[in-house]
Amino acid sequence: MAKILSIVETAYRATIEEQDDTILWLNHMLKNGGADISVLLRANAVNYAVKGQDASGLSFGETKMAHPPEIDKDVESMIQKGVPVYLVEEDAKERGLSDEGFVSGIKKVKREALPELIDQHDQVWHWLGSRKISQVSTE
Amino acid sequence: MAKYLLVESRDPFDSSDSEYFCELVEGISNRGNEVTLFLVQNGVFPLRGGSKHSGLITKLLQNSVKILADDFSLRERAIKKPLDGVEVADMGRIVDLLLEPGTKAILH
Amino acid sequence: MATGKTLTISIMDAPYESASSTTALRIINAALEKGHNVNVFAYEGAVNLTMKAQQPHATPVKGTSVEQEQHPTTKDWVAALFKLASTNGVKLDWINCGLCVDERGAGDWIDGPRRGGPKDLLDASSASNATLVIPTK
Repeated sequence: MAKILSIVETAYRATIEEQDDTILWLNHMLKNGGADISVLLRANAVNYAVKGQDASGLSFGETKMAHPPEIDKDVESMIQKGVPVYLVEEDAKERGLSDEGFVSGIKKVKREALPELIDQHDQVWHWLGSRKISQVSTE
Repeated sequence: MAKYLLVESRDPFDSSDSEYFCELVEGISNRGNEVTLFLVQNGVFPLRGGSKHSGLITKLLQNSVKILADDFSLRERAIKKPLDGVEVADMGRIVDLLLEPGTKAILH
Repeated sequence: MATGKTLTISIMDAPYESASSTTALRIINAALEKGHNVNVFAYEGAVNLTMKAQQPHATPVKGTSVEQEQHPTTKDWVAALFKLASTNGVKLDWINCGLCVDERGAGDWIDGPRRGGPKDLLDASSASNATLVIPTK
């Protein structure tokens, strides 16, 4: 069975889809199906590891979102199921995130160690690309 | 040592994340792996002579990374001649590289 | 001549929203032309690529009619890929993720694709010589 590393970068794309993040869900399902899956959260997706995310309360007209996503719980659930979930340490630090705020069981990895992490897997499935906008030039 | 096919579809003007990917390419190569970087879509923009971001590509070439550029993407953007050292290829080449045994493929 | 090799590709983008859709179709086309089998796992918006109800349109800006525009929609491109596979004696297995289909009302598709789910991606990948995931943004 191939060892697969799934990389997630973009976050909070599909809140109106409710229930979950579509890629975390997919990887959870792949695990349930027997895949040897690890997940790497980088860029804005490092926020998925933060405890206390709350997307409740959305409503449009009279229609309310009954089951908002609880992504921190989804991440915890994956970890409990034995899915290694990594996040890029520098990406978290750049975003003001500290260890105390993360769900337990998250594995931190430094940017410089990403090639090694990738080498340890047979396949790398890159699901969501972030749209980090280039710095505005002041020249 | 493993074989890698890394495909960059984004450009540094639109996404500064391209720099992360170039660093990743370099890091994987520095670990002794055989790396091919295939540029497609707007990922070919740095190949135009005089581009502000050509340095990202030049650095990788100097680090012995094999770099290919999609012929259609170049033509679509009227980039007549990419940077020296970059080979023009077609999608058939991506397929050949993907199907080489033991190749890990990442598309960014 | 069929090579016996299989490539699995996962795609996510809805039609006309991203250059990645063009790249994906080009890779699939190239693989089929070379005599390889191809599995496609269409996730999220990519399930809209095969919708039967897509229609071409005229282009008032150019002054051209529907007939003059000869404007294949993505379902036509995909149908052409199925035909290419058949001509070359190879298999194109196009799987639309069922839950994505349901959420998008994209269930009325052209001949060829089938409904599936994450397990199909895993099975396809496990049985393939290579897997490529084409991300969305």
